[in-house]
Amino acid sequence: MALTIAKPTSAIFAAGVAAVFGAFFGIFAGTAQGSGLLGFVAGGAVIFALSWVLASFMREQQKAARWGLAVIFIVAGFLFAGLPGVVTGAIFGVFFGWLIFFVASGRYRTGIPPYATPRQVLWHYAFRIIAGLILVFLITPILVVMPLSFNAEDFFTFTPEMLAFDPEGYSLKHYRDFFTNSDWQGALWNSVRIAPVSTILAVGFGTLAAIGLSQPHVPFRQAIMAILISPMIVPLIISAAGMYFFYSRIGLQGTYLGVVLAHAALGIPFVIITVTATLVGFDRSLTRAAANMGADPVTTFFRVQMPLILPGVISGGLFAFITSFDEVVVVLFVGSAGQKTLPWQMFIGLREQISPTILAVATILVGISICLLATVELLRRRSERLRGMSPS
Amino acid sequence: MKLTQSLLAGTALALVAGTASAQDMTFVSWGGAYQMSQQKAYVEPYVEANPGVSITWDESSAEAVARLRAMNEAGNITWDLVDVVAADAIRLCDEGLAMEYDPEDMLAPADDGTSAEDDFGDMIVSDCFIPQIAYSTTFGYRTDMVPEGVDAPSDICSIFDLETYPGRRSLERRPINNMEWALYCDGVAKDEIYDVLATPEGQDQALAKLDTIKDDVIWWTAGADTPQLLADGEIFMGSTYNGRLFSVIVEQDQPVAMMWDMQVFDLDGWIIPTGLSDEKLEAVKDFVYFATDTQRLADQAAYISYGPARQSSAPLVGEHAELGIDMAPHMPTNPENAENTLLYNYEFWADYRDDIDAKFQAWLAQ
Repeated sequence: MALTIAKPTSAIFAAGVAAVFGAFFGIFAGTAQGSGLLGFVAGGAVIFALSWVLASFMREQQKAARWGLAVIFIVAGFLFAGLPGVVTGAIFGVFFGWLIFFVASGRYRTGIPPYATPRQVLWHYAFRIIAGLILVFLITPILVVMPLSFNAEDFFTFTPEMLAFDPEGYSLKHYRDFFTNSDWQGALWNSVRIAPVSTILAVGFGTLAAIGLSQPHVPFRQAIMAILISPMIVPLIISAAGMYFFYSRIGLQGTYLGVVLAHAALGIPFVIITVTATLVGFDRSLTRAAANMGADPVTTFFRVQMPLILPGVISGGLFAFITSFDEVVVVLFVGSAGQKTLPWQMFIGLREQISPTILAVATILVGISICLLATVELLRRRSERLRGMSPS
Repeated sequence: MKLTQSLLAGTALALVAGTASAQDMTFVSWGGAYQMSQQKAYVEPYVEANPGVSITWDESSAEAVARLRAMNEAGNITWDLVDVVAADAIRLCDEGLAMEYDPEDMLAPADDGTSAEDDFGDMIVSDCFIPQIAYSTTFGYRTDMVPEGVDAPSDICSIFDLETYPGRRSLERRPINNMEWALYCDGVAKDEIYDVLATPEGQDQALAKLDTIKDDVIWWTAGADTPQLLADGEIFMGSTYNGRLFSVIVEQDQPVAMMWDMQVFDLDGWIIPTGLSDEKLEAVKDFVYFATDTQRLADQAAYISYGPARQSSAPLVGEHAELGIDMAPHMPTNPENAENTLLYNYEFWADYRDDIDAKFQAWLAQ
């Protein structure tokens, strides 16, 4: 909606906006060199001067100006920090080249209604920047892990070789360790044996419980619901200790079945909550119609109710799967060394021997999780499209 | 329903697979390089000679006391042989959770016929403790962070000398060892340390000495912390187990060196939990007889720089299994390294640990 026509702004204004960003990034550069305040002032001043020159004299040769700025930054980066400086310099050069002319040409106003006050425009962009920063805050820990998993050394350290993008500093040896070490492979195999079975149990029991509890005539619904979802609320360590003593008495402690049941108990609340949520929108007259046409309750469930609540069941199952796959506290109590799962092995690795193999495993798991979630989302959209519903 | 049937069949199968044959044993150890040395020196040769045996490791030695108490309470002992430090062995023995044994009956004599009891000597610090190795807690420092024109630290008191050796240090988050070092560097004679530490004034004196470096200390809890911090260059010097430092220096090739002065010796060994079935007990005894003989203990030193607990094993210590370097100079018991040492005082800490621990934690929180 290009309702607003881009009106060039003054060079001072463009330079001022760019200087704010320059000062912000200057804090980081300055802190790395020893003085955050100096970086703040220097970053702001340098960017202000550069932007003012570009916005005043080179508005017509935008392309040349942006290329020139990028080259200046690359050269400066190289002089300061060598090869890594070139990459950082290129990123900042391209960013500031874009930013200066984005502001100076007034293009920042397009997409915002013409009647928006300057304060609203400011908020429009501030909101996006804040949202972006929150995203960075959330995913940085995961992103940091990934390059470290290719470390050629056996420590959680960015070595000078890695920072200089020297191929010598990188290695796949931690991945090789994961795929060849029998401890890790045994743990992976245990996780793969435990998580799907406990997911199936959790989905089965959880769905049935949710359907039962959604019937208005069931007595003490609230109380039963509260008990069923308590594993999610009670601190994990308490469930774990309770299960440990109970399972020991009945001979389930340290068995495969014990761990599967314990994980199913942890997964059931997720299934109940998601299925209950989808059942809220479920029209009961559909089941009555099916019964009216001679379908028995089981057929009704599988042919009518199940397809409609399937998204809730699948996402509940996904949560149950991830709970079991990620869980370390309960398995430490209920399992024995023969049921060592991946998180257990990672826990041991962190405590006994800080090895980047853990990071390699974490990177692989993040990759699997992304694939899993993407697949489920694509399948959901496909089925909605096939049923003529718009993807939401 | 079909689903239920297949589920039931699956669980039945899992149950069958889960029932242990008599030769399945679970050993508990510390993980990492130490467990690997046990695996290579004892377990692999033993399994080769006894093909029916299979051994599962559980890396839970750090919480062995708590876990064994819980198992005992639940009436379900799932561990067959547990590797613990001597202090834990003494506690477990006192609580009746570890089995008392007769060294003459259960351990092999030395090759020259010396009885096991004499060969291990005073390493057998408890009636339940089957010694394996002697290790020490000592310091490592970054060689590239030693200030110019200053000698590399070789004296324990350089820990407290922030002027000559600026930089952060890492110390274990517990009073044991730290209090001894503090008093020693505060001018208390070595043989009077425990007399002084037994008094409240002595404890305050030690804490006051530690207070002088408190702002520059990172407190560690896992043996892997100090090596990581040293490799990062986060600290200038730090205490940890000597085998960890050996790995950092020799195997990982980091710019780190040892400072052996006032290293504190401690022992590590096996205990057999009480309440094993007769069949299990026989299998465990058979393994222990094999794994603690003179040659096996000497073999372990080819994988990690901890000293064998038998006197008769010491002359057999050879070269590192992969690097081919002579291991003797890296042993904490090597005469050059052991000029000035301390032995973990089991009796003192058994009596004073709770009191001093409370004081130490309160001081940490200030």
